[in-house]
Amino acid sequence: MTRQKRSRHRLKRTVAPYLYLSPSLVIIGLLMLLPMVAVISYSFQNSAVLRRDPSFAGLKHYQAIFADPVFWASLWHTLYFTCMSVIFHMTIGMIFALMLNSDRINPTLRNILRVLYILPWLFTAVIIAVIWRLLLEPNGVVNSILMQLGIIGSKIEWFSSPETALHAVTFANIWAGYPLFMVSLLAGLQGIPKDFYEAADIDGAKAYQKLIFITIPQLMPIIISISLLDFIWTMQVFPLIWITTGGGPIYSTEVLSTYTYKLAFSSYNLSQASASAVVILLISLGLTLFYIRYQKAR
Amino acid sequence: MTFRIKPIMLKVAAAAWLLGATSAMADTTLEFTQWWEPELPAGSLRKIMDDFEAANPGIKVTLVSGPYAATRDQISVGAATGTLSDVVGLDGAWVNNLNAQNALADMNPMMDASKFDKAQVADIIKVDGKAVMFPVASFVYPVFVNLDLAAQAGVTKLPSTRAEFLEAAKKMTHADKNQYGWVLPLSLQSPSGVQNDMMSWVWASGQSMMADGKPALDGKPVVDMLTFVKSLNDAGTISPGIATKTEQEKVEEFVNDRVGMMVDSLAHVNLIRKRNPKLNFDIIPVPVVEGYTGKRGLPYASWGIGISAGSKHQEEAWKLVQYLMSEKVNAKLVSLANAFPGNVNAKPDFVTSDKAFGKAFEIFKTGYLANEFTGLPVAEDLMTQFDVEAQKMLAGEQSPEQAAANAQKGWTAKF
Repeated sequence: MTRQKRSRHRLKRTVAPYLYLSPSLVIIGLLMLLPMVAVISYSFQNSAVLRRDPSFAGLKHYQAIFADPVFWASLWHTLYFTCMSVIFHMTIGMIFALMLNSDRINPTLRNILRVLYILPWLFTAVIIAVIWRLLLEPNGVVNSILMQLGIIGSKIEWFSSPETALHAVTFANIWAGYPLFMVSLLAGLQGIPKDFYEAADIDGAKAYQKLIFITIPQLMPIIISISLLDFIWTMQVFPLIWITTGGGPIYSTEVLSTYTYKLAFSSYNLSQASASAVVILLISLGLTLFYIRYQKAR
Repeated sequence: MTFRIKPIMLKVAAAAWLLGATSAMADTTLEFTQWWEPELPAGSLRKIMDDFEAANPGIKVTLVSGPYAATRDQISVGAATGTLSDVVGLDGAWVNNLNAQNALADMNPMMDASKFDKAQVADIIKVDGKAVMFPVASFVYPVFVNLDLAAQAGVTKLPSTRAEFLEAAKKMTHADKNQYGWVLPLSLQSPSGVQNDMMSWVWASGQSMMADGKPALDGKPVVDMLTFVKSLNDAGTISPGIATKTEQEKVEEFVNDRVGMMVDSLAHVNLIRKRNPKLNFDIIPVPVVEGYTGKRGLPYASWGIGISAGSKHQEEAWKLVQYLMSEKVNAKLVSLANAFPGNVNAKPDFVTSDKAFGKAFEIFKTGYLANEFTGLPVAEDLMTQFDVEAQKMLAGEQSPEQAAANAQKGWTAKF
């Protein structure tokens, strides 16, 4: 083989993988990178999108949103909503997964429970929002039951009262999201070798000790991975909050997604909305990098 | 080879020339973006367009239809990218932003050139002196009263003043039976309740939320209205869940005998009848402040129409606008929509065939259309700001005066 042929062959070998990847790279570039770059550039422009000749604004829009107390309230509500959702998704998911994995429950009942527990996952965010609006409205089923049981003395406006609204939307989101954990943890539980538990039985370990020293450590990679993904997804929840409360009453359920939406489509301030979207992007990016590093470390 | 290619190339060139020439002679096609078609009986708007095409040979109309919110977004993006349709359906709340983008054509020169009779239209929406929108159809907002609930509560005379309304609302309220006198939807998801259910009280008494084109929310009219709404809330007459209630839920509560009175669009009459054929209701004008005897402002929402500033077919577009605003066509369109006409001479057929509509038409004729949000900058944002302050007031966090002053501060920053 001549030197020329060899170098051509080497070039082919180097280029070939990129050629195979190119369709995906083009799609990712067009559908993900391009919009992202556009939004970032809008955040540095005055009257972005609305004018054909927008001027450079520097960090003006970032300063404006950081000076807005509603932005900080939204950030706090987002963190509360997300943290509580992830914690309860994990706890409920774990309890239900353990229940479905237990031999002590009758197999028929287990199959019925498996279908029932996964139901919330089958509904779209809009349906979930409508269901909970109906259940939690002042004349709804929840108030009626609580009043009959004597737990509350008068009707509570769950979504309409600033004191309860954030807890109510968080509750609805917890209900909607635990099946992801349940299914993932159930798969993990079924993958734990039985020998571990048999050895623990021989050593006289109690149920809670087996849970703490065998089950949870074995499930830890799944728990961390799903928690991180859930954190990223929950942070971006929009339809559930928008349909149930619209970010109100007052600003009590305003989260970063509704705050950004209002800036864009109510105030038509697409530059500030882009700045707010970039803040969400940076938070999500930080979490994603953390997730990738964790996956690599494994 | 060369000999074969040449004839083919010649044929291709001839075909291209023929195609170009044919296109040049072809009809002008107007694009008309609106949200009306899905809200009208199937095929009815297309039929009107077919009639227009028959009356104007050489002009074709392509309807681009979608739901209201999708149309709003589409028009915003079209205005930004210079791809706005030739003719666009407009909401008064959008025109200021669209005008700021120079997206709407000034129809003044077109009216002058065609000697258009301006007296025949109910209103011409102007921004910076430019005529940018005509209301084609108006959906007015009177007060609906459940006559059975009123009779049971001993309300024999339907209220015509705010004090009478408060009394009637108190009498109709029985919280233990989930029955309330009034319903107020202030969901932030769609803050139009501020316009339809709150400011309507100001306009009904011939008052204004503006002064010299600037917000005057801290003036007596708005503070009085807020005080009135607070008094209704303090008396427990408003159906609970105000802060997240939507217009649709408001109508549902009225339909289901859960509220005695509501301010609502006349466009919902048929919906109410369909949902509860047994419901016995009447329509009255929005009650006024004590002692007011002048003309009543009637809140309304409208299907507006305008022409794109970037349209290459403005002459043809103007013909379509004129056609839709003409007496007969306008009457036909508003009859289909159960709306009131944009042409003052048009008389929709439902006002003679339906008692409720007939009564509303009388209210319409004796009053005037009033919606001060039309043409304001970021109208929806202004409503959201006012909504938040009203919610704080109803939650007991501030007085009506403070709510008005805070809203005024927020609004002033937007002007």
